[in-house]
Amino acid sequence: MQIYLPIAEISVNIFLVLGLGGAVGLLSGLFGVGGGFLMTPLLIFIGVPPSVAVGTQAAQTVASSVSGVLAHMRRGNVDFLMGAVLTAGGFVGSGIGVWLFNVLKAEGHIDLTISLGYVTFLGIVGGFMLIESLPGVLRRRPVAVALVQRGPGRHRWMDALPFKMRFRRSKLYVSALLPLAIGALVGLLVAMMGVGGGFLMVPAMIYLVGMPTQVVIGTSLFQITFVTAATAILQSTVNHSVDAVLALLLLLIGVLGAQVGARLSGKVKGEHLRIMLALLVLAVAIRLALDLVLTPADIFSLGSGDVS
Amino acid sequence: MMRALGLAFLLFTAFPASAQDVPLVADLSSHLVAITTGFSGTDVLLFGATDGPGDIAVVVRGPAKEEVVRRKGRMGPIWANAESVIFRDVPSYYRVASSRPLGEFAPQLLLSRYQIGVDSVRMLPADENMPAEQATVFKQALLRLKTEDGLYDQGVADVALMSNRLFRTQLHFPANVPTGTYLVEVYLFREGQITSAEIVPLTISKIGVGADLYDFAHGKWAFFYGLLAVLLAGSAGWTAGAVFRRV
Repeated sequence: MQIYLPIAEISVNIFLVLGLGGAVGLLSGLFGVGGGFLMTPLLIFIGVPPSVAVGTQAAQTVASSVSGVLAHMRRGNVDFLMGAVLTAGGFVGSGIGVWLFNVLKAEGHIDLTISLGYVTFLGIVGGFMLIESLPGVLRRRPVAVALVQRGPGRHRWMDALPFKMRFRRSKLYVSALLPLAIGALVGLLVAMMGVGGGFLMVPAMIYLVGMPTQVVIGTSLFQITFVTAATAILQSTVNHSVDAVLALLLLLIGVLGAQVGARLSGKVKGEHLRIMLALLVLAVAIRLALDLVLTPADIFSLGSGDVS
Repeated sequence: MMRALGLAFLLFTAFPASAQDVPLVADLSSHLVAITTGFSGTDVLLFGATDGPGDIAVVVRGPAKEEVVRRKGRMGPIWANAESVIFRDVPSYYRVASSRPLGEFAPQLLLSRYQIGVDSVRMLPADENMPAEQATVFKQALLRLKTEDGLYDQGVADVALMSNRLFRTQLHFPANVPTGTYLVEVYLFREGQITSAEIVPLTISKIGVGADLYDFAHGKWAFFYGLLAVLLAGSAGWTAGAVFRRV
């Protein structure tokens, strides 16, 4: 059964979209990842224009992060001051991202930029996940522990930064500039690639800022909720690229899949699944990379399909 | 049903037409193609009558738009868009149907003057100083890409003639058809001349919830469309979380 997406202006198979939403939702619940980094390239693969895929994915990420942040707030795992600083940076990055997106689109380089961005980030994330999960299987010490155990002295360069603030919940007294910059980078990713950016923010906050692990995920989700919401509204206003029908279709089964996945994650042996996810992420990255490197089937293309 | 109605109408109109000595009459089974939520392309029947033997050529033109054709080139190891050519006033949709191959009954001069046939569609680059060779290469690419998208099509002998009086053809519009006002031009050729012509308008527009959403998203209230989409998504996530917490 075909359904016409009013903003994407294409007709897609409704079961394909529902299946994608469910599958990515299940994975995101199972592994606690946003799923945007898989969904956006998959949407582009099935023919959704890149700008609509990115804009719609921002709106769709709001849904998954809202339920996540509420759960973390109940447990008191959100540092609101740190969240506010990250969000402020996120708004700036998102604004720059939407502007940059438009410039690159007009120049005809947006598809390339999105692909390059995904190859880079999926490569890094998939690679790290693979390395992280292999020691567990090979019965060696996880890399994350090894990194943390490198001990004091590694934050010295950032201790010299001005505008220090006290973050009580995180038990930190650090410069606000670093979280601002991290927030801005994540906002840029949301606007240009349609990902939540948690995969970047969580390790950056732990290893660079030194935030305690138990508050970092809730605080990241807090930032992601507000930054993806702002980005979706901005994309709607400036680029008209949020397809509400597509977003709702993805949500319908997606939220269900995420909940089922979250329940399963306690019962299923994680190590091998984590390796599978890492390989899946790397496969998407390789497929995108091949498209960039191999001689294209057609070197000509029509402009980004804009109605002039 | 549509087809039966069309034929009934055709029979009804054919006889008065010849009685009043109008050389050519033509009409469509529908003057409106509605793109609804379930739209996956549609066919419209064109039918008509002539006052005697002759050849029929039908041209369907979508609203003119600006098209950008880009060519990829190597930048180090990766392929990136390098050159681009802008064509102005290119028909967004173009389809030709005829009773015989065009070249068999119409001189090239007339075909290019009236832009009948995919090869005769006038496409001039916005940059007038562009070398003719480059313009040709990009024009060929534009034609090919449009054909691959199902938006340009040239049928061979797909106008059915009956007793040299009645004719009919199916015009196909794919799912990705651009919206706007279309013109369906019907030409009657005799001995290499156009003896009569008729133009029938056709509107293709989005109808229903999808259309309302599109207008909402592209209008001056776009900000509120985004706000509503975000609130919907947020409440969906919140509801799912709340429901599953109790289960």
